[in-house]
Amino acid sequence: MQAELPLLVGVVPFGMIYGVLAVEAGLLPIEAQAMSAIVFAGSAQFILTQLVSAGTPALVMVLTAAIVNLRHALYSASVAPYLRSLRPAWIFILAYLLTDEAYAVTIVHFTGSHSSSYHQRHYFLLGSGLALWSSWQLSTAAGIFLGALIPASWALDFTLPLIFIALVVPRITTLAAGTAAITAGIVSIFALDTPYRLGLVAASLAGIMAGMLVEGRKA
Amino acid sequence: MIWVTMIAAGLLTFLMRLSFIWLFGRLELPGWLMRALSYVPVAVFCAIIFPEVLAPTGILNLALSNPRLPAALLASLVAWKTRSVVWVVVVGMGVLWLLTYWLG
Repeated sequence: MQAELPLLVGVVPFGMIYGVLAVEAGLLPIEAQAMSAIVFAGSAQFILTQLVSAGTPALVMVLTAAIVNLRHALYSASVAPYLRSLRPAWIFILAYLLTDEAYAVTIVHFTGSHSSSYHQRHYFLLGSGLALWSSWQLSTAAGIFLGALIPASWALDFTLPLIFIALVVPRITTLAAGTAAITAGIVSIFALDTPYRLGLVAASLAGIMAGMLVEGRKA
Repeated sequence: MIWVTMIAAGLLTFLMRLSFIWLFGRLELPGWLMRALSYVPVAVFCAIIFPEVLAPTGILNLALSNPRLPAALLASLVAWKTRSVVWVVVVGMGVLWLLTYWLG
């Protein structure tokens, strides 16, 4: 749970900025709030509000959101081995809560040495997911009603990459993992101009393949 | 129309998050796929971190005028030494604010 608190602090400014932008884009407060509850995916919501203000057709908006969220299929595959033999109701709830941030803390917990026992693991994802869900809904509401209270000059959005650095650096213990990290990073820079955050998917796949290549050469 | 859009986008997002969690309970996956999955966290995190640090405005910026680069490098060192999320955020934001103040 040590990773959870700073993560919540990092999410709050994002939620507030989303709330501000959604209302500016012409969404009613109830619509802006409902989007946080229904879509529940930060980057997709930002892009949707952008598209709403540009008068984009609904079909294009839906497709864009789906592509932006393709990476969640990777997260799903990654946590799946730890969530076997759960009842469908559990699986549905956990899938709904599987955001970038929930995935980040959960996979570190599942693969770490202090992981909870097999039969209680899903409670960790549930707990962090619900905490993130609540702070996302509340910060959205705050953004809608209070406007931009946090000055952009504070650059609080930088806390998110910092948290990811804290989670990823201790995981790089082998040459293969290091290669995966550097490859994914470099490809993501080359793919900066790729639309709909597809560069993220391409960079992740490149990193995974590089890691497996190095691992295979040693074996 | 915005409601239809939101519900459709939300449903697709949910199905992607559900996909493999649902499948895994029902079929055995090959060993190479399991090995590939072990690289997902490192690869995805780095694919998010690098652009946020090196191209905060969407354009690659390796110059000194980009305080996020030294902040992230120091934060990585702290992460390696302490493994503490709190310290990484404190040091990273501290360096960012100091450099922004000096450069600004």
